[in-house]
Amino acid sequence: MNKSRISLLELFLTFAKVGVMTFGGGYAMLPILDRELIEKRAWATNEELMDYYAVGQCTPGVIAVNTATFIGNKLAGPIGGVIASLGVVFPSVVIITLIAGILTSFADIPAVKSAFAGIRVCVCVLIFNSVLKLYKSAVIDKAALVIFGAVLVCSFFFKVSPVILVVTSAVLGILLTMWGVRGK
Amino acid sequence: MILLSLFWEFFKTGLFATGGGMATLPFLYRMSETKGWFTAAQLADMVAVSESTPGPIGVNMATYVGYTTAGIPGSLIATIGLITPSIIIILIIARILQKFRTNKTVDAAFYGLRPCSVGLIAAAGLLVVKIALFTLDHYAETHVLLDALNLKAILLAAVLLFLTRGVKQVKKLHPIFFILASAVIGIVFKF
Repeated sequence: MNKSRISLLELFLTFAKVGVMTFGGGYAMLPILDRELIEKRAWATNEELMDYYAVGQCTPGVIAVNTATFIGNKLAGPIGGVIASLGVVFPSVVIITLIAGILTSFADIPAVKSAFAGIRVCVCVLIFNSVLKLYKSAVIDKAALVIFGAVLVCSFFFKVSPVILVVTSAVLGILLTMWGVRGK
Repeated sequence: MILLSLFWEFFKTGLFATGGGMATLPFLYRMSETKGWFTAAQLADMVAVSESTPGPIGVNMATYVGYTTAGIPGSLIATIGLITPSIIIILIIARILQKFRTNKTVDAAFYGLRPCSVGLIAAAGLLVVKIALFTLDHYAETHVLLDALNLKAILLAAVLLFLTRGVKQVKKLHPIFFILASAVIGIVFKF
């Protein structure tokens, strides 16, 4: 991808679109990023997205912003990183400011509660589809399958901090490669 | 100067809160105690709104707290304060990674990181499944196994799963279409 072919305005608008379509935090952004950046524009690959998420997990800050900075920087340099991040937060600032100013009891409205109960069901299914897709390109051998399973169990059942899991997995990746287990 | 103070408080939050939007919560509680800009009860409302609006939750909360504290300039300054450390740190990491991309050790580390990343996403997905498809509170009251299942939600999930995976023409639709349709179904069928 030629860096100069992506205008900063396009970068900003694309990430603003991702921001406005994300319901429920950084992970819910994944299906939208997948459609807008990988499938529609080929701005990143599945592997890159996973790498960004892994690094975004163990570095401070909001995961959505970390991922936007990574992709923006890759496409158009440091300015691109800043513009993509501003794009992803722009809808939030507008929407929240409006709600905070007008509707203080927004979250108590029964229709809003029902709508979000419905959206949560959809987010489950969309994340499941994304996980299946990423699984195929990440879990390429038995050792990777063990890492995937162990991280899933440690994170969901034992609430182990993602920082610990990410650092341990990186070290394991290096050791497994050194021992020649990789690819078997 | 309240704006400067807001920027600094959120800069610190962005610098130290690791692992997603909800990780900012303890920092916000501390902020309400030490600064008195808002009460803990107000904060609970802000979390509810942040979860019920589009956008990253951490950013939504920063905007809301900023607005409550100092109006529109406050919402802008708090958000910019929150994301500034992220941007700086990621730009530095991206530069380092670029330099060592062909390095065998870095490549080996990412070989381990990728399944970990998918595992973390799957765990987060399961957490949403637990909230969206099950009513464990209700089960704790009645001890009737059927009460642990949110049948309406499970039915919707099954239909969505079938549509997004099984039906060729529908599969290609944008995810936002399914999200909005689910919101309407949620309202109509009183989820």
